[in-house]
Amino acid sequence: MTPGTLVDILSWTLMAAGICFYLTGALGLLRFSDFYCRLHAVTKTDTLGLGFLALGLAIASGSLHTACYIFLIYLIAMASAAVNGQLLARYKLEQEQSKDDS
Amino acid sequence: MTVELLPDLVLCVLLLVVAWSALFASTRRDAMALFVAFGMIVALVWARLGAPDLALAEAAIGAGLTGVLLLRAARKLPVSSARRFDYRRHLGALTFIVVAVSGFAVSIILPSPADITANNIDSPVAAAMSDSGVSHQVTAVLLNFRAWDTFLELLVLLFAITGLRQLFPIEKESLEPARTWQLLVSWTRTLVPLLLLVGGYLLWRGSSGPGGAFQAGALLAAGCVMLRITGMLPPLHWSSFAVRGSVCAGTLLFLCTAVLTHSLGAGWLDYPEAHAGTLILMIETLATLSIAIILTLLVAGERKDLCS
Repeated sequence: MTPGTLVDILSWTLMAAGICFYLTGALGLLRFSDFYCRLHAVTKTDTLGLGFLALGLAIASGSLHTACYIFLIYLIAMASAAVNGQLLARYKLEQEQSKDDS
Repeated sequence: MTVELLPDLVLCVLLLVVAWSALFASTRRDAMALFVAFGMIVALVWARLGAPDLALAEAAIGAGLTGVLLLRAARKLPVSSARRFDYRRHLGALTFIVVAVSGFAVSIILPSPADITANNIDSPVAAAMSDSGVSHQVTAVLLNFRAWDTFLELLVLLFAITGLRQLFPIEKESLEPARTWQLLVSWTRTLVPLLLLVGGYLLWRGSSGPGGAFQAGALLAAGCVMLRITGMLPPLHWSSFAVRGSVCAGTLLFLCTAVLTHSLGAGWLDYPEAHAGTLILMIETLATLSIAIILTLLVAGERKDLCS
């Protein structure tokens, strides 16, 4: 087995794992009952899925330069997903609390 | 049929499905969410077609800022009731899609199809590139060969902001300031310098690669909108000369260039070759400023921004 095919297998396995996480997240988004459960499903699986996808792509690219770019993109995407999830949850929570008060 | 066609076909189908759902969504909120998703898919389609300039602009303006604009408008509107299903409207759209798709299919299947992927504009543009002052063909077309179009686009933005100012006095009260969370504030503090950096890079990069005034301006505007929403940026008072100056700067420089090139040189917006690069950079810079401020005012402008 040449190093080339090994790299291919590794990167494709990682990308497939990432896609599996995305599918799980989509399933959770469609099937879970309330807002917070859905948010929980989507944010976790997306972050992990994007991580696997980015790792697979970085390995497949075969250049350190591109891998660094992909890593930086992953950092920003991960941070914004985490912040967005928090903000959505807080907004919903405040709405519900103000509804309870009134 | 090759494997590479598979993601393109998936994108095409997705585009049609999302467009359909956005048009015929049962509630206004769903239609807005789907419209934003539609913008993102259009951006992906442009990227697949090898037009990163358009993909960037579509993602930033079409999906991002328009999405914020729609959501803000939705907050002021009464909640819409679910729409009744009307099969006649669907029928019309379906007929249109069938006709359009079959026309496209016929044009592909027929012998000697026009190669739509070939860059037909390449040859004359490539031949004239040496006179343009920049090395990226899209920028050369937008700011030199067809500078007139870009000038008119800036004018459209200027008209839009003027129209918005005319409409504002009708509104009795402005939005109460959004409650800001510490998380949002610190995230804005992290993101805005990055947006500034990337916006500046896109502006500078425009002369030799994908990028330019509209993309950079949209990113800067996104940063300004974030700052404005979190209350870190004070209201942009219209009475301030800096705001009015920035709004008009791009158009004014374009106009001055047009008049000068007409009276001193070859013709309207026909740049002298030696200074074409500098001129384009100056116009792009001021246009970026104008676009950023105008988009900020359009998206996040409130009564105290626009009418004081």
